[in-house]
Amino acid sequence: MGPISSRLIAMESKRSWAAILTLAVIAIFVVPILNLAVPEGSLFHIPTFWVTTLGKYLAFAILALSLDLIWGYAGILSLGHGAFFGLGGYAMGMYMMRQVGERGVYGNPDLPDFMVFLNWDSVPWYWLGFDQFWFAAVMVLAVPGALGFVFGWLAFRSRITGVYFSIISQAMVYAFMLAFFRNEMGFGGNNGLTDFKDILGFELSRETTKVGLYVATAVSLLIVYFICRAVVSSKLGRLLIAVRDAENRVRFLGYSVTNAKLFVFTLSAMLAGLAGALYVPQVGIINPGEFAPAKSIEMAIWVAVGGRGTLFGAIIGAFAVNGTRTYFTAAAPEVWLFFLGTLFILVTLVMPNGIVGVYKSLRSGELFDAIRRRLRRVDA
Amino acid sequence: MSMPEPTTGPDAMTAREPSILYLEGVSVSFDGFKALNSLNLIIRRGEMRAIIGPNGAGKTTMMDVVTGKTRPDTGRVLFADDVNLTHLDETDIANLGIGRKFQKPTVFESLTVFENIYLAQKTKRSIAETLFARIRGEQLTRIEATLETIRLTERREDLAGDLSHGQKQWLEIGMLLAQEPELMLLDEPVAGMSDAETEQTVTLLMEIAKDHSLVVVEHDMEFVRNLDCTVSVLHEGSVLAEGPMDTVQSDPRVIEVYLGR
Repeated sequence: MGPISSRLIAMESKRSWAAILTLAVIAIFVVPILNLAVPEGSLFHIPTFWVTTLGKYLAFAILALSLDLIWGYAGILSLGHGAFFGLGGYAMGMYMMRQVGERGVYGNPDLPDFMVFLNWDSVPWYWLGFDQFWFAAVMVLAVPGALGFVFGWLAFRSRITGVYFSIISQAMVYAFMLAFFRNEMGFGGNNGLTDFKDILGFELSRETTKVGLYVATAVSLLIVYFICRAVVSSKLGRLLIAVRDAENRVRFLGYSVTNAKLFVFTLSAMLAGLAGALYVPQVGIINPGEFAPAKSIEMAIWVAVGGRGTLFGAIIGAFAVNGTRTYFTAAAPEVWLFFLGTLFILVTLVMPNGIVGVYKSLRSGELFDAIRRRLRRVDA
Repeated sequence: MSMPEPTTGPDAMTAREPSILYLEGVSVSFDGFKALNSLNLIIRRGEMRAIIGPNGAGKTTMMDVVTGKTRPDTGRVLFADDVNLTHLDETDIANLGIGRKFQKPTVFESLTVFENIYLAQKTKRSIAETLFARIRGEQLTRIEATLETIRLTERREDLAGDLSHGQKQWLEIGMLLAQEPELMLLDEPVAGMSDAETEQTVTLLMEIAKDHSLVVVEHDMEFVRNLDCTVSVLHEGSVLAEGPMDTVQSDPRVIEVYLGR
């Protein structure tokens, strides 16, 4: 066995490997088979609507992982990660927009509908190249990565940390929202980019395409998880935890805190961009709403609910919160925001380590001990 | 006394004896308060030096200036007679070979004792090197030796946050050792230690002093006496007296700043 594979195996405990492989097999093989091979009407059939919904959750899980990597490990709470997610989504949206061609409402083979509407006669320079999938795929990572690098460089070099960093990251995503709302920006303004027809030649309305996108997202999540795991279990991962605990001390050890943060923040921005690019084809639209500050705050809630600094927790949190949202928006939409607010308060107060933290204390028996002690005190 | 003449530069100094740290006319003021007032201080290579002084004498500020945390308003700070430290940041200075232990023990609480030493250990500090680093055999041996020196071998897999106060102080000294600095600055290394722990720390520092230059800032007079080295007394941001502990302690000016007013 080569050094890399043996190192990969050592990253996870046996139990974790079993859990990861089981979940991966279910997500990548079982769900598509139950959708495509099991006839509709059967008890085991999974409707395509649910496959796409799961695909959305998987994209959110990638986003949550990217946030946990910086918040849970390096102590950088970004409340503007929607910017990276949105830019990744727009990059993919631009590609799909160019694929529409003359099938648009105005039937213009060279211009997307909204540009025809604006009386533009050619695509602006920053749309060039987006008719090629490979170019869009590079931009999905490069644009959020570049933004993360520049924003991070300015912030970390000036030693902006903690709540100040969170506030300026929030301001950044808000600025993106305002900018993208403007029609003159050339990204479809208020309506954003929508009415996509196909991706890589596959019609988006076909069930197999939907399942294909779902599988691509599941495989991406698995890869992203391993990238994050490799980073946090390396020596650099220890260094990030050290930065989180005592940033100044790290400087006196001779490490550049700025570079360490910049590396992980840029990586995180790229992963968030990937999440956006996988999300947009599945929901069929990207608009400035993705840059709404509230959305970026919600991402932090996913991670907090699942449990910070565990990676697994971020995935669980993304599924738990979004699953609950899907339920509430159907059953009682007016309650949803109250529920979300209460959830965040409860998590902060009674389960600071999230769902994963509760699970760990259940397994170690600490939780029962604490309850038993409390009961005994009541008896006495 | 070996006070530097303000008129002679470091060139004149090197001719005499090589210094590891040379401060000349260093002043720092915070909102009009002169924390350091034209401070002159020379630490010879291989020397152990204790620095005492009442609160506000500028002991910690002096360390801040040397390690790049605070920029001096005026003056020169030379490391090993040739590197000017006043324009470098903390990271650069640490990589030159100056290690520092803080007044309040600062270890990485959510990492294990072993990991604390591992991070501190002298290696290339770039991001790529750190990302792909693997512990090699002789590295492991050296970490284990350091753990042995600071008497924390048994606790290597425990979180640093679970250590006692005294053990955290030792862990931080261990991290300094692992950095393999040429010059170590220790800010109150025995604060909050029991008598037995203090005694062990004296032994430890004497051991370390054999192959490092050491500057120790301390309040505990008994501890400083036991270190048996040259003592500099700081008062209002400059050196008031310098010499062996007994001489310094009988100096009327020193007695006045400690007992007078």
